[in-house]
Amino acid sequence: MDHLLQHLINGLVIGSVYALIALGYTMVYGIMQLINFAHGEIVMIGAMVTITCINLLLGANVALPGILLLTIGLAMAIPVSMALGYGIERVAYRPLRNAPRLAPLITAIGLSIVLQQLATLIWGRNYRPFPAILDIKTFEIGGAVITNLQIAIIVLAILIMAALFFLIERSKLGRAMRATAQNIDVARLMGVNTNTIISLTFVIGSALGAVAGVMVAANYDQAHAYMGFLIGLKAFTAAVLGGIGNLAGAVVGGLVLGIVESLGAGYLSDLTGGVLTSSYKDIFAFAVLILVLLFRPSGLLGERVAERA
Amino acid sequence: MTMANTIAGWFGAGKDGQHAKLQLILLSVFMLALPFILSGSFASGNSWVRTIDFALLYIMLALGLNIVVGYAGLLDLGYIAFYAVGAYLYAFLNSPQIAAFLPVWMMNPPLLVMLLIAAVVAGCFGVMLGAPTLKLRGDYLAIVTLGFGEIIRIFMNNLDRPVNITNGPQGINNIERVSLLGHEFGKPLEFFGVQIPMVHQYYYLILAFCVLIIFVSIRLQRSRIGRAWVAIREDEIAAAAMGINTRNVKLLAFAMGASFGGVSGSLFASFQGFISPESFILMESVLVLCMVVLGGMGHIPGVILGAIIVSITPEALREVVNPLQDALLGKRVVDPENLRMLMFGLAMIIIMLLRPEGLWPSRRRKDELHPATKRITKQEDATLTEAEREHE
Repeated sequence: MDHLLQHLINGLVIGSVYALIALGYTMVYGIMQLINFAHGEIVMIGAMVTITCINLLLGANVALPGILLLTIGLAMAIPVSMALGYGIERVAYRPLRNAPRLAPLITAIGLSIVLQQLATLIWGRNYRPFPAILDIKTFEIGGAVITNLQIAIIVLAILIMAALFFLIERSKLGRAMRATAQNIDVARLMGVNTNTIISLTFVIGSALGAVAGVMVAANYDQAHAYMGFLIGLKAFTAAVLGGIGNLAGAVVGGLVLGIVESLGAGYLSDLTGGVLTSSYKDIFAFAVLILVLLFRPSGLLGERVAERA
Repeated sequence: MTMANTIAGWFGAGKDGQHAKLQLILLSVFMLALPFILSGSFASGNSWVRTIDFALLYIMLALGLNIVVGYAGLLDLGYIAFYAVGAYLYAFLNSPQIAAFLPVWMMNPPLLVMLLIAAVVAGCFGVMLGAPTLKLRGDYLAIVTLGFGEIIRIFMNNLDRPVNITNGPQGINNIERVSLLGHEFGKPLEFFGVQIPMVHQYYYLILAFCVLIIFVSIRLQRSRIGRAWVAIREDEIAAAAMGINTRNVKLLAFAMGASFGGVSGSLFASFQGFISPESFILMESVLVLCMVVLGGMGHIPGVILGAIIVSITPEALREVVNPLQDALLGKRVVDPENLRMLMFGLAMIIIMLLRPEGLWPSRRRKDELHPATKRITKQEDATLTEAEREHE
């Protein structure tokens, strides 16, 4: 079991990204009991917009330090993703709030396809390299290597999550969100503008998604128009694993899934004597998803049960 | 003549049996003559017949998914996996790919046996997928089926090591064509002095199975099971209270839908002569779903119409978009494939928002979604105002 620490570190990095995306799924689910199928696409668009912005600035010979360029890119991508999240709610979910359950699912899939195809039209089918603007330094801890970028990803993710928890648990807006999640009709009777709250939930989730998208793109040095599907699916798995509708659960689920996947990809080949190679690593998320739904549909920390109401 | 009446009913005919029979005969004659009409009237006729062949395969697929989504109301986003299972089964038993591992008697089974195997195995996969997931809520089911579709594809892509089973991303080549009554479908056939090309032969073969599947679909819809599916779709708790074993009936929907996919997949492999994981990506599942949604969930003619529209559009787009771009812009900016998916994505949204019953809904569904009370009130309004006017 060599490289154990290395796999753990890699798992922690990708896990904190999954956690950020999973928060978006779980917040929407908590309030509307719906899976936002188009969330993965928002993550992708966040990454693509950032890359485009940085490339434009580089093309205009703007001499700024890399970290500042990245911040500008992110500052452009977050509003775009927020606007998209708002738009998705208005187009796909709000008109169908009282329709049969199948209807919003289908519109969400349709939207996801539309966003994916639009992204392909704008950015093409190929991988977009992440501009090499960051000064990557590596540190060694007990034989494992960690970059300053990876440390930044973990720290930033923790900061964002802390801010989100503060928002939800301490602020007036957060209290309104929790009330809406508990019982939308009663919340409305108590004077909560539930439509605004639902919109805001989508918008906040999308902002987190955009940041996560940039993190993935920076970590793997690339992004492409079809990346949203797989990462969305994995983050959804993380949300289910932690207990969908539960914020802390999404974080735990994301980290656990990231580590399981990283360890799995690292040791699968050894464990099965070379029969299954790391090309099966994407199966882990699905396997975890199916196992959780089978044996503990409420997830690790969840209170809600995944039975049909 | 219940079948004829049913089919005639789709086209708005009354209960008149004679009329229904006539319509059915006309439709049959048209369907039988279609490949020759196409190859006779277009220079690229044979490629159009090929498109129609694929459209027929898609009709089978869409009718299979219609059982799951349309009747039982279970959103399956990995449906193409069953198509893949059927196609790979056919390829395994009819190509040199894994012939070395199989006993000789298993190779090249007769067509009907082959399709039966495909239907049963795909059905088993359906049960395998359904058993653990059916107690979940609809949106979970959608995501689990989506994951299942991806798992099947990842396995197809990677099962070339350590033992080469699926030949990985390259796919399986040299798949033998169907042979029926001593005739091999790859070879040209002469019939009363008329040359019948391969695509035409396959047209009739696929059409035959397509008709069979339409027949089964109609019968299923009116059966006790079909009504149980619809009951579950409308209200699962009420259905259970009426004594329906919801779990088994839902499993049956999954198995049934999957077996349609399996048969269609086998025919696809034999027609194409080559398969690779490329043909079974998520987008294909979404396309089949789009056919069902576009045409009208749960209504057989609507689903058929949806399948025809969705499967013919890319050909039509290719013939229009590229020349148009060349003429207007002098270069190709937009890939027709891209445009097609964009259109279908939009179509799904628009249909769900504005016309959730689909393009060609059943009368009952239309009434459910656009309650008749509205229309009656309008009528009553009209009569009332008329009466008032007369009174004045």
